[in-house]
Parts: sequence; C-alpha cells; structure tokens
Amino acid sequence: MTTHPLPTTSSAGTAARVPAKGPKRSFAALRVLGAALGTTRGRISAGLTLLVLAIAFLGPLVPGSPTAFAAPPFSNPSVPGAGLLGTDVLGQSVLFRVLHGGQHLMLLAFLATVIAVGSGAVIGVVAAYRRGFVENLLMRGVDVVLAIPQLVFALLLLSLIGPEWWLLILAVGLSQAPQTARVIYGAAQSVTEKDFVKAVAVWGVPTRSILARHVLPNLTTPLMVELGLRLSYSIVLIAGLSFLGFGSPPPEPDWGVMVNENRIGMAANPWGVLAPALLLALLAVGTNTFADAIARANLGETRGEDAVLGAAAGPTTEGSK
Amino acid sequence: MTDVTRSGALAPRLQVDGLGVVMARSGTPVVQDVSFEVAAAQVMGLVGESGSGKSTVALSLLGYARRGLRIAEGTIDIAGTSVLDLSGTALRKARGTLVAYVPQDPASGLNPALTLGYQLGEAMRIHDEGRSGDPLDDRIAALLDEVRLPATRQLLHSYPHQVSGGQAQRVAIAMAFACRPRLVVLDEPTTGLDVTTQRHILQTIRRLAIAHDVSAVYVSHDLPVVAEIADDVAVMYAGRLVEKAPAPAIFGGARHPYTAGLLRAAPTPERAGVLVGIEGRPPRPGRWPIGCAFADRCARATEVCVATHPPLEPMGADHLARCYHPVDAKASAPVIAIPRIAPPAAGTGALDVDGLSAWYGDKQILHDVRFRVQPGSCLGIVGESGSGKTTLARCLAGLHSAWEGPVEFGAQLLDPKARRRRPEERRRIQYIFQNPHASLNPRMSVGENVEEPLRFFDRLTSAERRRKVAEVLEQVALGADLADRMPEQLSGGERQRVAVARALIVDPELLICDEITSALDVSVQALVIEQLRELQLQRGLTMVFITHNVAVVRSIAQDILVLEQGRVVETGPVEHVLTHPEHAYTKQLLADLPRFADAGVAS
Amino acid sequence: MAGIMTKSLAAAGTPARPRAAAGRAAHPIRRLLLWRVPLGVLSVVLVGVLTYLATRVLPGDAASAILGQFATPEALASLREELGLDQPLVPGLLSWFGDFVTGQFGTSLATRGPVTDVVLPRLENSAVLILIVALVSTVIGVVGGVMAANRRDGIFDSSASLVALVASALPEFVVGVFVIFVFSVGFLDWFPAVSIIPPEDRIWDEPIKLVLPALTLVIVTAPYMFRMVRAAMIEALTSDYAEVARLKGASTARLLFRHALPNATAPAVQVLGLNLLYLAGGIVLVETVFQYPGIGLALASAVQTRDVPVLQFIVVLLAIFFVTLNILTDLLVLLSTPRRRAPR
Repeated sequence: MTTHPLPTTSSAGTAARVPAKGPKRSFAALRVLGAALGTTRGRISAGLTLLVLAIAFLGPLVPGSPTAFAAPPFSNPSVPGAGLLGTDVLGQSVLFRVLHGGQHLMLLAFLATVIAVGSGAVIGVVAAYRRGFVENLLMRGVDVVLAIPQLVFALLLLSLIGPEWWLLILAVGLSQAPQTARVIYGAAQSVTEKDFVKAVAVWGVPTRSILARHVLPNLTTPLMVELGLRLSYSIVLIAGLSFLGFGSPPPEPDWGVMVNENRIGMAANPWGVLAPALLLALLAVGTNTFADAIARANLGETRGEDAVLGAAAGPTTEGSK
Repeated sequence: MTDVTRSGALAPRLQVDGLGVVMARSGTPVVQDVSFEVAAAQVMGLVGESGSGKSTVALSLLGYARRGLRIAEGTIDIAGTSVLDLSGTALRKARGTLVAYVPQDPASGLNPALTLGYQLGEAMRIHDEGRSGDPLDDRIAALLDEVRLPATRQLLHSYPHQVSGGQAQRVAIAMAFACRPRLVVLDEPTTGLDVTTQRHILQTIRRLAIAHDVSAVYVSHDLPVVAEIADDVAVMYAGRLVEKAPAPAIFGGARHPYTAGLLRAAPTPERAGVLVGIEGRPPRPGRWPIGCAFADRCARATEVCVATHPPLEPMGADHLARCYHPVDAKASAPVIAIPRIAPPAAGTGALDVDGLSAWYGDKQILHDVRFRVQPGSCLGIVGESGSGKTTLARCLAGLHSAWEGPVEFGAQLLDPKARRRRPEERRRIQYIFQNPHASLNPRMSVGENVEEPLRFFDRLTSAERRRKVAEVLEQVALGADLADRMPEQLSGGERQRVAVARALIVDPELLICDEITSALDVSVQALVIEQLRELQLQRGLTMVFITHNVAVVRSIAQDILVLEQGRVVETGPVEHVLTHPEHAYTKQLLADLPRFADAGVAS
Repeated sequence: MAGIMTKSLAAAGTPARPRAAAGRAAHPIRRLLLWRVPLGVLSVVLVGVLTYLATRVLPGDAASAILGQFATPEALASLREELGLDQPLVPGLLSWFGDFVTGQFGTSLATRGPVTDVVLPRLENSAVLILIVALVSTVIGVVGGVMAANRRDGIFDSSASLVALVASALPEFVVGVFVIFVFSVGFLDWFPAVSIIPPEDRIWDEPIKLVLPALTLVIVTAPYMFRMVRAAMIEALTSDYAEVARLKGASTARLLFRHALPNATAPAVQVLGLNLLYLAGGIVLVETVFQYPGIGLALASAVQTRDVPVLQFIVVLLAIFFVTLNILTDLLVLLSTPRRRAPR
C-alpha cells in the first residue's frame, strides 16, 4: 500500500482499528458506515439492531432457567411465579426462553450471511470482469439456481438429512448467493466499464490486482448494503425454518420455534408468541433499514433507491424470504 | 437576416426584467438581475460556460424552475403576456402555445415508451380543446415537412431509439413549433450532433423562425454556433449577464474581458491560432464575491473590481457590458499568433499504420487504414460520429483487440492485445481518455492515481515515486499540493490535467489523445491544448490527437487525417488540407463548420 | 451529404457489440425464447435430479431414516423399492425419472394413496390464495406508488415509504401471528384464527377463512410493488422527457398516466413476477401459521412425516411453476419496453 496520508476527515485511529486487507479499504467501509450513521434513519435502525443483538448475546448471562417448570402452561404474567412474560406451552418461563433463544439463531444468520455475500461477491465480480464464456457460465448458472425454490429445497434436504446446523447455514447462505451475485455483478459491471479500470488494464496490471485495487474499493457501498440485506434475510429465513421445526432441538429455546409452539395458547398468554415475534421483527426491520440507510447515505437519494430496490427485489425470486 | 428590420419602435416580443432565481431551500441566488429583450422573429444567443445559469434563465422563460430552484423576482413578458404571473391552466396553456422548448439532448428529451407520431401530435392534442381544423394526421405531416422529415407511417410509428440523433432533434423542433408559439427556447439543441447535422438544424430553426414569425432564445456554450445563428448575443457569467450586444459587435469587438477571453479560447477553422485559455474557475452560487465575479480570473482587475460590483453599462449603440475596465473594441479581436510547430524527427519513434482493419462483432468499423506519424509530430484525426476514430485510437492503445494489420511503433510490430505487448511497449504508448470524470479512480487520491502506473513500470521507492508525482503535477501546472485531494474535489479541466500527468509520469513516447477536450468548457479546453502542445515540444512526443472538432486540429497538429465511415478520405499537412481540401467529404465538412465570420452574415 | 447521420457508437453509450449481436440473431422475442426455454427445462431437470439425489446422500439409508430404528426388514425393503433405493444410483435415477415423465408420481407414504390425490385438491386452494394476493397487492402497490411519486416527499410519500420499508423486512410468519393477534384473538374477534376446512370442501365455500392468510401475504408482498412503482415513476417524472412534456403544457394527470406510467410498466411486471415466485414459497410458512389447506401446508406436513414422494412431487411442481413464470415475466417485460422490443 502507499504511504500517502489518508485524505479528509478520517482519524488514523478509526482506520487502524479494523483489521482489513489495507488501511484504504477499511477506511472506505468505515466512511460508508459513518455516512449511514449520520442519518436519523441509520441511527434508529442501528440502535434497534444493537438492542436485539444485546438481548440475544447478553440474555443467556441473566440468571434463570429457560427449561425449568415455572407455572402451569400458558399462565398470564399475573399468575404468581409465571414471570414477567408468563409461561409457554410446557409451563416454562417465556422471559428466560426469550433471553436464551436468540443467540443460536443469530450466529447461524451471521455465518450464512458471510457465505452468501462472500460467494456471491466473488461470482459477481469475476463474471463482470471476465467477459465472454466465464461471464455467461457464471450468470446463467446463477439464473438456474434462482429457478430452484430454495426454501422448499432446503426443507427437503433438512427433512432427509436432519436439522444439522451446518446444513442450515449452507442452505440459507448458498440460496442467497445468487441474489448477491446479481447485484454485485451489476455494480461491478458499471465499474469495470469505467475508463480508469481500462486504463489500468492497458498497463498490463494482473487481473487479481485490478480487481483488488481498482474494482473492489469502488464496490464498498453495494457490498455493505448487501451485507445488511443478506443478514436481514438470513435471519428471516432461519427463523422461518425454525418455525417449521428445524431450529434448535426441543429443550433448547429458539425464537422461531417459540412462535410456532405457543400459537395455540395465544388467547391465554399472547406473550409466548408476541415476545419472540416482536424481537424477530425488530431485528429484521433494523438490519434491513440500516442497509437502506447505507444505500441512501452513500449514493444519493435516487441512486440509493435503485440499489435498494435491485437488492430488495432479489430475495423474492427465491420464493423463500 | 435581411427581411426583418430591427426597429426600436416595435414592442419587443420577449422582455425579461430583473430576473432572479434562487435555491428554494437556502435562498442562495443562482441567477440575478438578468434583463434582456428579443424582437419579433429575432434570435438571441444566450452564451455561457457550464454553471453560468444560462439554462436556468432559459427555463424561467417558460415559467419553470427545476427541482430545488425557485424564480424569486423579475418579470417576463412574452407578446404582452406576463409569464410569471400565470399559474395552473393558464400557465399550461402558455407553455406550447405562447412559448415552447427544445431540449438539449433529444435522445433523453423524447419519451422512450411513446411513438414519435404520438409525441408530435401531443401538444396539439393538449391545446386544441375541441378546436376543429385539419385532421391531426395532416397537421403532423405538415409539421414533419417543415423540418424536412418524411411523414411516413414507419417514422410515425417509430420509437425514439430507432432514429438518429439528428432526426430526433428535428422531431423535437417540430414539436416545439407545433402550436405556433411566439417564442421558442432552445437549450443547446445541437450539442453532440455532427457539424453537417448541426448546420441543417440551425438552418431549420432559422427558416421556421422567419416563416412563422417566431422569436428564439438560443442557449449555447459554443461561440461559433451562436455566431452562426444569433442576431443578438448575451453572455452570462456566474448567474449574471456580463455583456449584451448585436452579434457582430460581440464577435467583432467584445468589451468584457470574459467575452474577449472566450473568443481567444475558441478554436476556429479560419486560422491557426494560439489558443488562450482562462485560468481558474467561476465562483459557485453562494460563493459569489462582493465585487465582480470575474475579477479573480481577470488580468485587468483592480481594487475597485474586487470592492464593488460593476453595473451593466452602455458601451456603444445597443452594447452593454458589466465592467469597470472594458477591453478596447479593436484590441479584443482575436490575436492571431502562429503556434510553434515542433520540428519533426525530434522525437524517438514513428508510428506506422499500414492497413489496419477493425471489427466490432461482425461489423467492420475500420477499413484498411494507413498513415504514418513522424517522430515528434502530432497527427490530428478528425471524423464525425461513427467514423471509427475512437475505435482507431483504442486499437492503437490496445483497448480494442479485434483488429489486424501491421502497425509499427519505433519499428516494433504492435500486438492487438495489450496483454501480449511487452511491458516496454505498454509504457511507451499512453492513452488519455475522453471523459476525465470516468478515467480517474474515485477512491484514490490524485497523487495515488498519478502514481499508479509507476508501480507497474518502474521499481522505485515510494519516496521516489512521490517526488515524480510532484514533478509531473507541476509540469501540468497543478501544484504538488493537489496530490492529496480526491478526484471529486477537482473541476473537469483539473481532472483532465491529472489524466495527462498520469500518462506522462512513465515518460511515454507516443501519446494517444481521444477527444480529451470534448467534455471541457472552451476556456479550459484552450488551456489543456496549449499545455499539451508545450509538453509535446519539450519532450519530443509523438502524438495522435483524435477530435470531432476540425478547428481544434489547427491549434495542435502538424498533419491531419480525415476519416469517413472507417476509411481514410484525406490526409496531409493541416494547413494544406484545411485551405485546399481535395476530397468532397472534407470540403463538405469544412463548409459546414460554424465560423465567427458568419456573425455578420446572420444579421 | 445526407443530413441524417447514423448515430454514433460512442454516443449510444455502449460499443457496437450489442448491435452487432442484434443484427445476427433473430427477433428479440424469439431470441429470448430460444435462450430461456432450454435453460428452463434444464433447471427443472436439475431440480428433479437434486430431489432424487437428496434421498441417496444420507450416510445410512433414507428408508431406515424415514421408518425409524424399529422398522421391520420387510417394511424397509418395500419402502426401498418404492423410493427406487434398491437400484444403483444411475439406473435408479433413470427409472424414477421415467415414472415421473409418464405421470406415475408415486404413492404417499402417509395416506398410501396416489400422490396426486394428496396434492392436487390443495393446489386449487393455494392457487386461489395466490391469485387474490397478487391482484390485491398489485393494485395497492401501483396506486400507492403513483400517489407517492406524484407528491414526492409529501406526507403520504414519507409515511407510506416508511411503512413499506418496515413491512418488506418482516418475516411472514411474524406478520401472520401479529395479524392473528390483532384480528382474531387479541383486540378484535372478526376472523377465525385458523383456516381449517373439511377435507372435501374448497376454500371458496368459506371465504371468510381466506381473509387473514391473504391479508398476511398482501402485507408482505405489496411493499415491493409500491417501492418499485414509486421509484420507476419518480425516475420517469424527473427525466428530461417529463420536463419536455411539462413544458409542452401537459397536465399532471397526463404527465403521470401518459408519460410516466408506461415507463413504469416493465418494472411493475417484473415485481409482479417476483411476487408470484415469492408467494409460491412463502405460502409454506403462512399456510402453516393459519393451517390453511393448501400445497404449502401439504409440504410442511410432508416434511414432518417424511413423506418423500409427496415432497418430491411438490418440489418438481414448484420448479416448473418457477421456470414458467420466469420466462413469462421476461417476455412481458420485453413486450412492455419498446427500446428492447423493437430493433433499431
């Protein structure tokens, strides 16, 4: 990397904190994030996300058992011993199950997001830069995969192989990779068509170096938006699968499973359903809105709209939001 | 124009008084104190560089301000109607029937989802309100006939993307004249068109204006075009009029230093002149100084210019200028200095193109192109859009590889694929792109952008590299302190100079310039061209300079090559070809070029 | 000199490559079909292969996994034969495929009846739900999008955009339980919380049971239509041609419906297609929430009972639906975009 001083507003401290490939790129990512946090919408959505993350990861530290019998099934919070949110279908404390039931889901969602954005971005960038055969092969492949009903196929695999966590991550991650590939392909195409990339290519710079130094840094914003969106949809997908019975195995608490198993007692104690549903809703809305804020803050209103729409329209193709 | 008299007794068709436009949120003025009038069937040329506010003024004439802007003050009177007092239905009625508009880019000004026939008839449909007359189809046919387009079913059923830029602009002009308005506002309607098409469009506008007694306001940055069409000229700078006079008075004796500067910067086909640019950039809205906005770029500026704002004062009959120290009318006539032409053979390598043919897909773009560029000399390649001139440049640079034919530089055969050329060859041949907004990496600072090629061609320490960057930035007159800025903080002209610096930093021997000034303002174009010629001279560079503007060639190249439809039609020394063209195509091209001398003819 | 020059290659934005390609190939519609139909068939075949392979990738054996560890050897053997597990991989795949192509879709492990008897009646219920949802969400999305774009950044636009942003992010089963809470068990008691009907009935015999599932899916799909129509309308309304139309004296209504809306058609069709695709998968969760007797619930229960033949049949059916819809959408988009439909 060059030793040029970083321009404009960054402080060296913020740049150094992030262990990325080079100071320049982490700088760009931070600037993109900073711009999003500069908007009201960005701050609110980041706050929502952090709140739910805190509950999910700090919740298990709160003393209290999520599996012990507390009071008769579907007791109101008013029933003595039922706790703040009453009890669930097995008479366990809803409060403690909620506090314990998010961590697993969140870890799976993070891993699935990394797989989705990582593989999608590589496919998209390579397809955009390598014209011709490679481009056709990759993007037509993406089309074929998009024509497979992912949630349904994930269900098929999970029902045969069993609710293995690695399978869940792979199914959710890979099913979203085509969407990311399409978005990044589009964004990368507009970058690789720019003259500055052609100029570098004429000097005989190796492809890898062109992609890393000239193309990728100009994709920071769409990549960050994708990370936010994919995280949001991974959460939704994984929660949906656990709602259908592929979450943590029975004694363990899981937000998606809770919504399903406590539905029958909704009239007696709605909190068994509402509390986990509300947390899932806040998390999905928070991450999704933050992605939207990133796009808006960094591309200007109209172009941001396009980026978000292009990305948001994507997930519906898989039929498994 | 001969049959329309300029009579002071007649009330002007258009009278603009004290027009002011501000930014809607902040109230920052964008256009201030603009007053002018246009007589019946006269054409007023509204001249200015990008950001001068000329388009804002033009749209105000239709009682319209773009999103974020607001017309704050002044009056606009068109044939007795006060446009700014209209609203609702009355304003809609006025648009189209009283005053009509022709957009800059016909490709984006026509709706891609509607047929040309529908869009032609739309204004009539809107404004007819049951008024009977000839059937719509007949009227559309008559309209098309006026702009010399055939009213065939095929054309009427076409969509905008199916016709050429020239045809689309004719349709747009026909649309504007459809409801017989009293005034037509044209916003750079020939920008991007070839000179021949441009000439036809200009003739059409003039003919229609006279035939239907329509006045026109013609907005343009292109001085020769304005000279060609306008009866009167108003020059804008930083949101204000700085000079206003009949066209011959402007082109024969401009009084404002800015106007005079523009004239010296504009290349013309008549003379080989040293182009004199104007350093600096105009102040943006919100940064206008208390005094004259041009003072910081003006050689004549004194304390009074900085302290107080000069009023628009009479400088002669019908001649107004906003200047305390106006230029002497005689002295403002362009100085004709013959540029120093580099002696050939001072450089290192000759470029020999011996039968180059190129393809895009199945389509052959270039046919057996042959030419030689002497070492250390510059060849200007001119051609209209579609002539293949850019393809030719890209072939030489290795950006386009679907070509064949022996091409030698410095007695070395060049491979079509840049990747298969030797690093030394890739270093010796450098290419400068047309659009300076796309050719620099926006995520890298200016210094890093310039330094980038060094990383691949030379093994230097970072200190050495930075020293070279500072050196080469100095050479293009940018100052080494610019190295830490980001490209987005620079003006178009500055960016293009950065691009030149990036090409020069590896000490190339052949420089290929592809329309490098076409995105720049005239005053900046002059600076870049002059600088490039100086650099060529100093370094003995061999140069290929691609342009659609024949006039520019005169100021930079020793030899010229004319391309038509991928074939060389004429080549030779610039002076000879431009004064004694032999091929019919070259003759036509030269005849169609707008010239300052035509300013007299127009009036 | 002819006054009319051919349009510049450079000015057209892209190099001549696309045009040269257009010159070689046939009409854009035929080119699309030539491309997409074989690709679609390939996709369906691929799904079929994966569906079959899924029963073979298990470390042990699908039959014992399905029947559990206490199954009798006879039961295991007959199930192996039924699933084609008794044959080697490739012949097994081929015979399974052959059965499928000839309309022998197999026997449900749960009901012991033909798979088609389990799936087809429910297909009708799901189709009704999907069509109603697609219709309603398209109307809401288009009307809302046009209104929002017309008064951009106004009160309606800002509030509707915010609601759309939130709604589009929500998981559908979460929306489902919220809807049940509000309209059925919590605040109001207007609609039944579950949509269970007698097996021989169809859903339109008791349309009230359609309301909440449909509402849930509308809440999830309408935002996409709204956002896309709004964005496309705004893009059209801020374009040069809209400015020109405005300066021709066009009224707001003309501007919206004559000039902007035709340019928003293609994106709207695209979103309609995407929404339908989404619905085909989204019904699994929503039908489960409401116990709605559709194909999604059938799939969910087949997953629970490991009814592999039913699973395979539904998956292939959905794949065919996906592929057909994709091609149809692209065709309609092509037809509603003159720039792409009509060659230069």
